[in-house]
Amino acid sequence: MSSANARNVGIVIVSHSPKIAEGAADMVRQMVGSAVPLAWTGGDVDGGLGTNVAGILEAIETAWSPAGVAVLVDLGGAETNSEMAVEMLAEDRRARVVVCNAPVVEGAVIAATESSGGSSLAAVKRSAEEFYA
Amino acid sequence: MSLDRAAREKLVRALAASVIEHANELTSLDQAIGDGDHGLNMKRGFEAVIATLPGLADKSLPEMLKAIGMTLVMKVGGASGPLVGTFFMELGKALPEQPARADLVAATDKAIDAVRARGRSEAGQKTLLDVLVPVQAVLAGGGDARAVAAEAAQAADRTTPMLAIRGRASFLGERSIGHMDPGSRSVSLLIGAAVKVLEFEASS
Repeated sequence: MSSANARNVGIVIVSHSPKIAEGAADMVRQMVGSAVPLAWTGGDVDGGLGTNVAGILEAIETAWSPAGVAVLVDLGGAETNSEMAVEMLAEDRRARVVVCNAPVVEGAVIAATESSGGSSLAAVKRSAEEFYA
Repeated sequence: MSLDRAAREKLVRALAASVIEHANELTSLDQAIGDGDHGLNMKRGFEAVIATLPGLADKSLPEMLKAIGMTLVMKVGGASGPLVGTFFMELGKALPEQPARADLVAATDKAIDAVRARGRSEAGQKTLLDVLVPVQAVLAGGGDARAVAAEAAQAADRTTPMLAIRGRASFLGERSIGHMDPGSRSVSLLIGAAVKVLEFEASS
């Protein structure tokens, strides 16, 4: 989103269900408006429930920020595919993308709220992960 | 071991057929302890691999394996994409164009390490590693084609009484006991298919 504050940490939402991913993104937007770069992806390449690496790479690109990108995932395959996508990024970007160990909806909202205040990638990740710890 | 173009294509088609023909069985296994999409996911992945023929078989063996791995990573859609895909990609990176047995032993060892890292898992957790690790041990110990294929089948069977610790089946806790791990079954089918082609090529 062009009006997003491009210097804040970007948020990517990855769910097996495109509806969940999109709905979680709606909730994030309601909280933080366009203060953070945001993208979502969900579904396998045929549109069924699942996740796919190409979609995740595209979402990371959309939500890219020099401060980095925090990825929120739902279940196992979303995490494995997200980690695979991170490894496929250009080397200078790889270290600036983290997959958070947090619930996808709550984690995305909390991470985005933290990011909207200008926090670092590490702080954004920590805030998402600590909420349910 | 040297595989000419025809043999490489035969290998790809045999690998793909082994999972595509068992897609329903794999899905049934996954419905019992997972999310029920494993057969469909693997079928989609290997159909995408087949779609890259004939060009795929023009590549050298290592390049062909890497390409298969990348297609699986991009197309499978579940965790098995990155897991099985990583195995093929790393195997391709580690193998020379005309591997001797020792090369295959070393390359499979490396590829299994990469799968462990990708899944943050070890053998004994009811995953594909429970087939890959014991089969690799038979290969490393000098086992012939028959011994490798037999171990692949038996190792998949041995996942039935295991408690799932990684993956979606781990949500079921003790209810995961008594069902074969679908990923282990897939890998065992792939190994069985590969062994059959390689054995035929070695004897012809």
